[in-house]
Amino acid sequence: MCVLALAEGSSMSATALMASLYVFALAAFLGYQVISRVPPLLHTPLMSATNAISAISVVGSILTAGGNYSNVSKLLGFIAVTSAMINVVGGFMITDRMLKMFKEKIGGEKGGKEDRH
Amino acid sequence: MNGNYLIEFSYLLASILFIYGLKGLSHPKSARRGMNSAALGMLVAIVGTLLHHDIINYTWIIVGLLIGGLIGAAMSIWMPMTAMPQRTALSHAFGALAASLVGISEYYQHIVAEGGTVDRFKMIALGFEVLFGSLTVTGSLLAFVKLQELMRGTPVTYKGQNFINVTLFAAAAVIFIYLIYDPTQSVLFYVMVALSFLFGILLVLPIGSADMPVVMSLMNSYAGLASAATGFAIGNNVLIIAGTLDGFSGFILSILMCKAMNRSVTNVLFGAFGSVSTDTGPGVEGVMREVGADDVAVQLAYARQVVFVPGYGMATAQAQHAVRELAEVLQHKGVNVKYAIHPVAGRMPGHMNVLLAEANVPYSALYELEQINPEMQATDVAVVIGANDVVNPDARDNPKSPIAGMPIIEVDRAHNVVVLKRGKGKGFSGLENPLFFKPNTGMLYGDAKSSLSKLAQAVQQA
Repeated sequence: MCVLALAEGSSMSATALMASLYVFALAAFLGYQVISRVPPLLHTPLMSATNAISAISVVGSILTAGGNYSNVSKLLGFIAVTSAMINVVGGFMITDRMLKMFKEKIGGEKGGKEDRH
Repeated sequence: MNGNYLIEFSYLLASILFIYGLKGLSHPKSARRGMNSAALGMLVAIVGTLLHHDIINYTWIIVGLLIGGLIGAAMSIWMPMTAMPQRTALSHAFGALAASLVGISEYYQHIVAEGGTVDRFKMIALGFEVLFGSLTVTGSLLAFVKLQELMRGTPVTYKGQNFINVTLFAAAAVIFIYLIYDPTQSVLFYVMVALSFLFGILLVLPIGSADMPVVMSLMNSYAGLASAATGFAIGNNVLIIAGTLDGFSGFILSILMCKAMNRSVTNVLFGAFGSVSTDTGPGVEGVMREVGADDVAVQLAYARQVVFVPGYGMATAQAQHAVRELAEVLQHKGVNVKYAIHPVAGRMPGHMNVLLAEANVPYSALYELEQINPEMQATDVAVVIGANDVVNPDARDNPKSPIAGMPIIEVDRAHNVVVLKRGKGKGFSGLENPLFFKPNTGMLYGDAKSSLSKLAQAVQQA
């Protein structure tokens, strides 16, 4: 209710705000469900993967860097595009490099006699 | 208008692919496929955005995409796996910087350049965006500096530290609330940004290296929340979804890391662990028994089960390959070899798992705390490689210990314990470890990597 009161009298309609909050709440719930299932084995790749995914802010940066904006805003947008893109490319590549290394058994060797639970 | 529907649809597709990708991470076998679809989602979203009719000039976009892409690719190709915590800290800084700059840029455009105003809802979103973003930038950079050992990893403390931090935070919060009611006060906005940059540094300064897994997870979370706030500010759902997923992932990891140390997030952030020497109960008595590589090799060669317990020391010594070589020699002799991984071993969640995977250790040989502890009594030799607090029996036995209640890998229940350690000094936390004084513990001093190679040779001859 408090948030709705704040939105009152602004150009942003309460419906749009509520829609955003719905998306946020559902994403939070879904994120909790999905991420609780990631085993500790993969926690480092998880961190670099979520980091790469949240570099989706590159989308916002692109609109700032190329929009009909002042030069200062465009410059900030340009730096933002660059740093977000470092995470997009670097994040997905390093995650894949890590995941490639995880093997259940090494061929011909006696590694891991028992199955994990 | 059709173009806009296309863009919205690309965002929807990206969101679905992101969630599907993270779901793949629930098992190592589906993980790579999952992440490939997430990467595809990112591509779809970026291409979709490039079609936006608000874009009037592509020069800076393309230059930025190229430079960023090249730096990112170079970093991920040439960075050694041991530097993973540093890289992750840097990437949190980059992600947060992007979010923070988009926020500042939006504010500047609407308030300063156009002399207009923004509605309250947007101001709230922008505020959170730059607050979370800016403090994550400096906080992560400082974490990077500490992890790269450009400065000492010990906590930096001074009198009235918590008071200063809280005051600073309160000041930023008050300015934020004021801006919500009057967004046109641009000077205040800049002060708020500056305060949160400063706050990020002050927040990480008192945190010791051993607590880095928590800090990394928190920064992961904040960077995600900053992206989610960007989504609110520019009304973009894919940003809200991806940012929230990241935010919650970091949050869950923080909680897991704190549980693994039996501490609260507040205690990690404001406790300045390792800087205070309080009364820790009766001091440890006895002598540490130094052992030679040959004696240890005999023990190992005739053991039925050997458990390796790696810690940050294994990472600094880059000893992961040497561990695997020793394990192979032992396995050829019919010894059952397992690895015990404590959740906070190393400097970030899952740090040890990645290093061992790099050294070709199959993940079926890696055991979590709860799985390995019941097996400790049936273990002939437990080999501790550069780990300290995670095997400190004081956590279990001494309620006065600063780490009391922290779950440990109970190596002291094994028949024999061998501790590989650089020297006789205390660990990062500065705590005395009674394990080192037990009669069934042998200390093997020296660089972990060369000690392990010596052991492998000696076992082969035994």
